[in-house]
Amino acid sequence: MFDRPLLLAPREDVVGYVGRLLGRIALLAVTCASVVAVALIFIFIIREAVPFFTLPGASALVTSTHWYPEAEPADFGGLALVAGSLYVTAAALLVAAPIGVLMAVFLSDIIGFRLRQLVKPIIELLAAIPSVAYGFFAVEVLGPWMQTNLGLSTGNNALNASLILSVMAIPTIVSVSEDALSALGRDLREGSYALGATRAETIVKVLIPAGRSGIAAGVILGTMRAIGETMVVWMASGNASQIPSPWWDITQSIRTMTATIAGDMGETVQGSPHYHALFAVGLMLLAFTFVLNLASEHFLARAKPSARGGGR
Amino acid sequence: MTSRLTIAAWVAIGAILMTVGGASNAADVATAGAGAAKLQIQGSTTVGPIADAFAEVFGAKYPKVGITVSKTGSGDGAAALVDGRCDIATMSRFMKAKEFKKAVGKDIMPVAHVVAMDGVCVIVHPSNPVSALTREQVRKIYMGEITNWSQLGGADMAIVPISRDTSSGTYETFHKLVMSKKKMAANVEYVNANPQAQSRVAKTAGAVGYVGLGFIGGVKALKIDGVTPSRKTIASGVYPVSRPLFMFTKGYPKLGSIVHEFVTFHLKERGQEIVEAKGFVPVTEY
Repeated sequence: MFDRPLLLAPREDVVGYVGRLLGRIALLAVTCASVVAVALIFIFIIREAVPFFTLPGASALVTSTHWYPEAEPADFGGLALVAGSLYVTAAALLVAAPIGVLMAVFLSDIIGFRLRQLVKPIIELLAAIPSVAYGFFAVEVLGPWMQTNLGLSTGNNALNASLILSVMAIPTIVSVSEDALSALGRDLREGSYALGATRAETIVKVLIPAGRSGIAAGVILGTMRAIGETMVVWMASGNASQIPSPWWDITQSIRTMTATIAGDMGETVQGSPHYHALFAVGLMLLAFTFVLNLASEHFLARAKPSARGGGR
Repeated sequence: MTSRLTIAAWVAIGAILMTVGGASNAADVATAGAGAAKLQIQGSTTVGPIADAFAEVFGAKYPKVGITVSKTGSGDGAAALVDGRCDIATMSRFMKAKEFKKAVGKDIMPVAHVVAMDGVCVIVHPSNPVSALTREQVRKIYMGEITNWSQLGGADMAIVPISRDTSSGTYETFHKLVMSKKKMAANVEYVNANPQAQSRVAKTAGAVGYVGLGFIGGVKALKIDGVTPSRKTIASGVYPVSRPLFMFTKGYPKLGSIVHEFVTFHLKERGQEIVEAKGFVPVTEY
């Protein structure tokens, strides 16, 4: 049965030790590669953004809405871009968060097991559709539809981009929230029923509060999906660098940070002020997503103990 | 999250390419000239399609020569020619005096070769009754001073001005020849390719946009200052928004070299066909 001798020869011992060491080093290197990649991205973006902040008028980036990067003299007012990103993200969340959470509740507590096995993969399939395909839909179908049926002069606007983004954020929100709700355990549900609560009361007063950390994490991950999305907003939002007036009119065209970077970067002369300005915008975007990422980590870490039954 | 990863990956690749690009400069300078094993073309995205199609023909004819075409903008093309990063710079505008001085300072005499003419057409939805505008009217539309078609004798309908992205060659031409370098209003929408501008205008009743002559199918191209954009008016320069497209070389290329053959290819029948197929107007009359 045991082909190997129990006692190794010294040579075999050394070979085994070296092999184990090499294996550990190789695995460590592979793991480090992704960490190093993240660090390099930060360094690269900061390095390319720093020259911008030494330019006169760099403060316009957060104080002015005039984005004329190729004019002479150039204006790098990024306020409208930041506003644009916030507009589409907030509007997308207003739609996606309630729908996503309701879908998660439905999947975890209401629908039967077999139907759930069928529906969940279909929802997750939404995340697998390439964003450029969503963009085509936005430009070719949704935009013209808005023009003919809502009487808008332009169909490529904040509303169009937000609706598409909400569809793209839903799978993330559903997936994470549903995991959080499913992990809550039988005891919590049965305890609630035993106290005489109906299913509706159990869901609204017990399950959603108990799973709130996981749900919050799901919504934040969905937010990151929306704020970082590039192709769809570039195609659907119209890219007019303005803050809508009146401020609530999301049927006007707006321009986001991501779309500006993607749209302008292709033909910008390397090392020009415009080039560095785009990296400065990228740095702002990175700061946004970094904060959101920390927040989602925080909520996910909190979700774990409570998932075992109410933070005991 | 996928998109964040993609951006991250591209940034990483970009970082690597920049390092590699920096290292290979010296080698390129040495091989530029007759019998070079490499032919590097860089510059305008407008001239890019022509250079691409030429490169395809040359790639089949000279399988041993590595031909690369990169489209990084006219300004970058000029800089690349001066830095020795390319053999031919494609440009949708003439070299600026500043760029010329920089080249001469490095003992490089840039020589311009006009390979085609490009006309920027102002387009509207086919249902729009307006069919002629002056450059001043178009400028006022894009500056936000004229906001309704009724001000131009059309229907009572808001104007939706659509522009190309600010770093494109088409924008540069429009900016100079129509806008007189005035800034566009904040409500102007931006798209990043000719076909996209064409498709937006074709689908939006109140839209106005501008594209190359090859992209006016399904939309209405307006008369500008009374001149209809056509092959003839653009080639002769009568149409006010037309411009020559250039290839720049370091000095006049040695006769018989591949660089020489490349920058004169538009004079051959095959070259003319390519120029036309890409939506531009050949400089030659036949």
